[in-house]
Amino acid sequence: MQQSAKIERQPGFLPRADFQRLLDGVVKSGYQLLGPVVKDGAIQLMEVSDARQLVKGLTNEQQPGHYRLQQTAGERLFDWNHGPQGLKPLCFAPHEVLWVEQKDPLSFTTRLPDLKPTAVLGVRGCDLAALAIQDRHFLHAAGADPHYRQRREQLLLIGIDCAHSAESCFCASTGDGPSVNQGVDIGLSELDDGFLVWSGSDQGEAVLQQIDLAAAQTQQLEQMARQSEQAAQEQQRKLPSAEELMRLYQRLEHAHWQQIAERCLGCGNCTAVCPTCFCYDTHHEVSLDGLSAQNVRQWDSCFSASHSSMGGFKVRGDILSRYRQWLTHKLAGWQEQQGRIGCTGCGRCITWCPVGIDLTKESDAILWEGSLDE
Amino acid sequence: MATDKPKLAVHKFSSCDGCQLALLNLGEPLLALPGLVDIVHFAEAGPNSPDQAVDISLVEGSVSTPEDIQRIQQVRQNSKLLVSIGACATSGGLQALGNFANRHEWMASVYSNPENIEVLNSSDPISKHVKVDLQIQGCPVNSTQVIGALRNLLSGVAPRAEVHSVCMECKRQGLICTMVTQGEPCMGPVTLAGCGALCPATGRGCYGCYGPAEQLNDRSISDRFEQLGLDAQAVLRRFRFIANSAAGFKAASEGLRGDTDG
Amino acid sequence: MSDLHLPRTAVIDERIQESPTIFTLRLRFEDAAAQEVFEFAPGQFNMVTHFAAGEIPISIVNDPKDSHYFDHTIRVVGRVSEAMSNLQPGDRVGIRGPFGRGWPVADAAGRDVLLVTGGLGCAPLVSVIRFLMKRRNQFGHLHILQGVKHSNDLIWREQYDTWAREPDVNVLLAADVVTREWHGQQGMVTELIGQLNLRHGRTIAMLCGPEMMMLAAIANLRDLGIADHQIWFSMERNMQCGIGQCGHCQIGAKYVCRDGPVFCYSELADLMGAKGF
Repeated sequence: MQQSAKIERQPGFLPRADFQRLLDGVVKSGYQLLGPVVKDGAIQLMEVSDARQLVKGLTNEQQPGHYRLQQTAGERLFDWNHGPQGLKPLCFAPHEVLWVEQKDPLSFTTRLPDLKPTAVLGVRGCDLAALAIQDRHFLHAAGADPHYRQRREQLLLIGIDCAHSAESCFCASTGDGPSVNQGVDIGLSELDDGFLVWSGSDQGEAVLQQIDLAAAQTQQLEQMARQSEQAAQEQQRKLPSAEELMRLYQRLEHAHWQQIAERCLGCGNCTAVCPTCFCYDTHHEVSLDGLSAQNVRQWDSCFSASHSSMGGFKVRGDILSRYRQWLTHKLAGWQEQQGRIGCTGCGRCITWCPVGIDLTKESDAILWEGSLDE
Repeated sequence: MATDKPKLAVHKFSSCDGCQLALLNLGEPLLALPGLVDIVHFAEAGPNSPDQAVDISLVEGSVSTPEDIQRIQQVRQNSKLLVSIGACATSGGLQALGNFANRHEWMASVYSNPENIEVLNSSDPISKHVKVDLQIQGCPVNSTQVIGALRNLLSGVAPRAEVHSVCMECKRQGLICTMVTQGEPCMGPVTLAGCGALCPATGRGCYGCYGPAEQLNDRSISDRFEQLGLDAQAVLRRFRFIANSAAGFKAASEGLRGDTDG
Repeated sequence: MSDLHLPRTAVIDERIQESPTIFTLRLRFEDAAAQEVFEFAPGQFNMVTHFAAGEIPISIVNDPKDSHYFDHTIRVVGRVSEAMSNLQPGDRVGIRGPFGRGWPVADAAGRDVLLVTGGLGCAPLVSVIRFLMKRRNQFGHLHILQGVKHSNDLIWREQYDTWAREPDVNVLLAADVVTREWHGQQGMVTELIGQLNLRHGRTIAMLCGPEMMMLAAIANLRDLGIADHQIWFSMERNMQCGIGQCGHCQIGAKYVCRDGPVFCYSELADLMGAKGF
């Protein structure tokens, strides 16, 4: 895990046929390797050791409420953008025991995850930026979370520049992609004939030292830059500026919130796929014999009934107020909490919304359309 | 055998016995259960003393005959706590589909002597006839949920209500959305969690057996189902299925364009 | 790294039934060293764990100088508090805390303090009243205003009587529904504010109660010329983690558990009373 904000790229070149050498270097360095494979119709991170297990020649169609993988004519390994999850489940576990307690005598013991060092191959710029946001949330000085930290410290992140954007991507407008620009241990850019490879941390450097990289050619560096530019240009969606988004708080009574509420199912999918959403609840599970219990943390959502509930009264009792909470927090409140918006432009909330609600369009409508109708 | 352990009864009303079977399927926890409670009545498992006073009664099935009404009142009198389990007991079950039709006409078309059959005009949830202390939805119930609730009740603690949609269970388990990746209509977004996303885990859409989620936007999901190719009648059937008479689903199906059953 | 999620064991030394639905637990950490170093400010809270039921936030109501114990006054409102009501002396609970920001007692030094409570379960404000009463020479006049729905609901009645006998302490009680023995007024607690003779520029206000009541009180206080930054109140939201992490208690960008629960009106003026925040 490394902290540097911006990496200076000094890439070497790894021919396509030799990509296995990178995987071998990672595994030999003691990491289990998670890489992109196709499972149940989506790109997912699974344990791999052989480059032949990886996705190849696939791209993804991502539109509101719609995700399909498609074969391309090419050989590329990373022509897709992402699956339903970024790095969030790896650090902020969807379901984990925080502590266990014994009844007689009453005592409490922290339960920390026991993990192997894990390398993740194919991490995108949006997800690296999202991880930095989650790091600030879970590791801030006052409340540093040992469970999150334990998982986070095991990670070696191998990032990849996006050469294309999906229809729901808008990372260029949030400044978080399409290239990887922070938080990688190893960076990759895929070219026609192979990969530009650079290290972003000491751990990454240690892995790369085991691999013989050729010197990068000028034309290769130019292709790298050109691809990123093209991926950014392909993006059809964008978010208003951070400054403009702060005005959402002045438009809490806008009539458009009601129109969103008429479509929103209140199911919470957007929050579950969002790589920055961090809400969780904890509950007690008592063992059947009644002698011990465990405190379980699991992903919650501001769309759930219990999220704002106090002794039966719900501060947010309807879908309108819950969507408004989500959007205003994500795009405005977060700026006050972390100095930036809580969105990195991955577009997952658009793709994985069962009814295809699009936060870029909704925030546009609330900021720029109509009056402040009651 | 007299012990000071709390007494438990499992009663069956109009149902397929699936919820009792779900309890029997528990595995290891089932073996631990007799250590905690005296099971005095659980016909599917053996003990058969339906009239004994107990601390907790689990009740499966709906109330659909005059005899059922008397019997559930007796169960209520005999039970300190009464927990209705499963779609039949909590909302009337699949058999409540008859509530949307004239069941006497239906019976006449099936049975040669329908006058010999004594049934109510509706298949009712237990709570329509007696006070219910806790309801656990599902078809069948998630037996782990039942055991968890039982554990809480034995500790003198009110069980925690499930409030999320099935989608949250899917996402926590890393299951891939069938609606988004396959265009397969799924009731998950508008259905109460608790099953552990059983159906989506096998790659098929949720059929809503737990009944409506806390917020039910039936109009929006119906529109989406139509976009995915379901006709109005098929959309209606999504609501009018296992949990057809759960309040939200009932109102939704009655408000839909496909409601031509009368 | 210490795990702020992990409770420490505390023993119940005393249990007092304050009213049919309110009880107080006097606790001390099982680990004497932990008790020794336990420090808190009035208005802060602990997360209290019941073995079988789970965890809830509860305000600490005793004086910070009481180093051998700490008190939680709990009202039965849900499944966990109900389970806790069955706890007895000798039983154990888990404690995490103290969390949050308490009352601005340093800012209040040398000033008159107006304390307005609406309804029951306002333990947060009781803690600061007790704090001020013990240090009378450090503060100016105290105006203690307490409103309840029914005059029979009032707990700690003797305590109010004791406070009322102190010099420069003004205790006003109000109840919507009153019995014959009631010696307070009939009506809303906010109506009492208009009857006060506040010394201009010297008064700091501290409020606790339902949000609607606090909003009404704030409007009255602003009419009387009290500045927004001199109006403080304790907010209630769904607090689960206590450390600004689980996300439930946010009001706009503020975490009630970490940035509050005591807020200054100027910090929350924009969103206070906005439905859904």
